[in-house]
Amino acid sequence: MADQAHNAQPSSVDGQTRRDFLLYATAGVGVIGTGLALWPFVHSMNPAADTLALSTTDVDISTIKPGQSVTVVWRGKPVFVRHRLPEEIATAEQAASADLRDPQKDADRIKKPEWLILVGVCTHLGCVPLGQKPADPRGEFGGWFCPCHGSHYDTSGRIRKGPAPKNLPVPPYQFTSDTTVRIG
Amino acid sequence: MSDFKSNNKVVNWIEERLPVFSMMQHSAIEYPTPRNLNYWWNFGSLAAVMLIIMILTGLFLAMNYSSHTSLAFDSVERIMRDVNYGWLLRYLHANGASMFFILVYIHIFRGLYYGSYKAPREILWFIGIAIYLAMMATGFMGYVLPWGQMSFWGATVITNLFSAFPVVGDFIVTLLWGGFSVDNPTLNRFFALHFLLPFIIVGLVVLHVWALHTVKSNNPLGIDMKGPQDSIPFHPYYTIKDLFGIGLFLMFYLAFVFWAPNFFGEPDNYIPANPMVTPPHIVPEWYYLPFYAILRAFTFDLPLLPAKLQGVLAMFSAILILFALPWLDTSKVRSAKFRPLYRQFFWLFLANALVLGYVGGKPAEGFLVTLGQMCTAYYFAHFLIILPILGKIEKAKPLPASISQPVVKAAALIAMIMVGLAGFGGEAQANSGEGPALKKPATAFSWEGVFGQYDKAALKRGWQVFHDVCSNCHAMKLVAYRNLADIGFTADEIKAFAAEKEVPAEPNDEGVVVNRPARASDRIVAPFANDKAAQAANGGALPPDLSLMAKARVAGPYYVYSLMLGYEDAAPEGHPIPEGKFFNHYFPGNAISMPAPIMDDIVSYTDGTKATKEQVATDIVTFLNWAAEPELDARKSMGVKVMVFLGVLTALMFALKRQIWKDLH
Ligand code: FES
Repeated sequence: MADQAHNAQPSSVDGQTRRDFLLYATAGVGVIGTGLALWPFVHSMNPAADTLALSTTDVDISTIKPGQSVTVVWRGKPVFVRHRLPEEIATAEQAASADLRDPQKDADRIKKPEWLILVGVCTHLGCVPLGQKPADPRGEFGGWFCPCHGSHYDTSGRIRKGPAPKNLPVPPYQFTSDTTVRIG
Repeated sequence: MSDFKSNNKVVNWIEERLPVFSMMQHSAIEYPTPRNLNYWWNFGSLAAVMLIIMILTGLFLAMNYSSHTSLAFDSVERIMRDVNYGWLLRYLHANGASMFFILVYIHIFRGLYYGSYKAPREILWFIGIAIYLAMMATGFMGYVLPWGQMSFWGATVITNLFSAFPVVGDFIVTLLWGGFSVDNPTLNRFFALHFLLPFIIVGLVVLHVWALHTVKSNNPLGIDMKGPQDSIPFHPYYTIKDLFGIGLFLMFYLAFVFWAPNFFGEPDNYIPANPMVTPPHIVPEWYYLPFYAILRAFTFDLPLLPAKLQGVLAMFSAILILFALPWLDTSKVRSAKFRPLYRQFFWLFLANALVLGYVGGKPAEGFLVTLGQMCTAYYFAHFLIILPILGKIEKAKPLPASISQPVVKAAALIAMIMVGLAGFGGEAQANSGEGPALKKPATAFSWEGVFGQYDKAALKRGWQVFHDVCSNCHAMKLVAYRNLADIGFTADEIKAFAAEKEVPAEPNDEGVVVNRPARASDRIVAPFANDKAAQAANGGALPPDLSLMAKARVAGPYYVYSLMLGYEDAAPEGHPIPEGKFFNHYFPGNAISMPAPIMDDIVSYTDGTKATKEQVATDIVTFLNWAAEPELDARKSMGVKVMVFLGVLTALMFALKRQIWKDLH
């Protein structure tokens, strides 16, 4: 092949510059185009419009008695709605921020003190913590206990002990009436 | 081969353990290629690119598709409406199938013209036929997946072909179906196989290229490369030439995707599969039509050989005969350039194949039956009689001593043939236009043309007509209230529309299902609880769902427009209409169950537009077209950008190709 290789060489310096320019321009535009063309493929794996549209859940809270919790589904995840007792509220409010791994005031995590609403997914590796049923262990801080690797959450859903790094997140919600909450 | 040396240590380290670099160097860079290949030689690499696009789009479609008969149709529509860029993926894939066949047909006919099947390329040719067969199977099963009417009835007809074989026929058919008819098990296995086969094709393509690189490329002169002066390295000469070809091809392909995405499709396939009703005119996809015509050409029973079996055998033979081609063609000269007689017969054969395709797409009636039979006879005569004799009697022109320079300017011819084939594909699909010519509105619909977009005001008025009039009887279950945001309604207006209707809520704590007001995320609530209720309330006739109406009829928007305005108060003389039906010029059979739905001032438009019945018809058709093709605005504006970009890129590649090839000419 060696004797043809020179065929590929342009005959002049001028031609060389022109050819280099064309080569880089073509390659550049081609690479950009390929990159742009990949986006629809990637984006098709993001949540579709119908999935996004299903992102609100209405909860009737009139039947939840003080001390009780219910679990509802929001975006395919469990959401904890707990009707807190006065003493639970008190311990949540009194926790010193020095004791907290992810310091946050209880007041910043609620809209009405007796209603605590949390995404029930452990911030460690995604298990659902125990503590919704009366018979469940609630951990050392009276909130929730994650059985997977032993994370303890308090009555405000804040991480107090164990491997989880963050508090249980609060989903967006609003009270649409005295007896219903819309999550999402 | 082991002359590969790199300065890079890592490359050398890998090379010593797995010689990928020398292999690439050898087969993609240095590969000695005849210097005189014309543009017909681009189609192999184009087909490879198309295969990659098909696998990629298919993979992402599969992530959103459900292969269950009760979900398949809706899951495809969900891809079209809700999945991000789902419409793009699906239209790329659906049109890609047609493109793949256009490319491969040109590739095959190039091989036929230049004698690329002759020694020593027989095995290369065999593998090619195997790829073609695998493509046919893949394409057929892919067409079944959307589970529309054509999917279902195509699957029924094609699988029933096997019942023609004596003794084992019914066994094979049952085995294909996994039941007593085409049903859920069939759909599931077709999906599994449709996913598998492309990877088998990839394997075959690897073999095809391996065989090619062993015997080297044929060329327009059909003579062997005699030495280094006849060849040039594949890179950069043919890499850039192939890339330039890809740029041109992409523009051709994407023009369909963005502006005529259903050109190759059948409107009937936007009607969900119904095992109880066969569409009046069913045709396979255009790329099978010649073989379909051969299948139907046999109408006389012979002893031991019923017509049905003859047809099936002939159809399979029509493809399998290609395997014998290297021996049926007795001429030693490869290229038709030097075979004055064969060249004529080549074009005759091509024309014959196109006529067969045309016949295959039309109903088997009258003269077309005879024409199909003559063409079938000629098809086989070409291989079995003409080719063997030609090789004996033809006096070939003297072959040149070596490969010279000429690079035939085939580009214009290629463009013509691609457009021709595409036109053929679309035309062959179109239903024979029965019925009167359709009415058209005084001014064209806003969304027509290259840049046309939906007129938002007309869409809103159209929604009002649907809401006030149509929705009393018709459902539109593929459209959700939230989609109305696309046509300019605010969140509060949408909420209000939704809240007019109720849907069953989740069971409450006592297990009782109560109704709740519909929400924006709900689909438009149907007027009746189920089909039976709808039928009962409408004198036994089921008002069809309108979600896809504008796409599910030939010339959909014009058909609906004409239907709206095509009523006659009394049936004309000689057209008796049954009791309880109405006369409509455009409805097949003229007797329609729906009373004239619109008249002047049937709605009073909130935007003050005067509601003449033409205006109302235009508005409702606009709305229905939006319901069927909500992606249209996004599709066209993306198309314009993509075309401009590809134009620039292709021009650059052309300039670079000229620069690279300059010193060769
Ligand atoms: S997932 Fe909860 S502690 Fe690990």
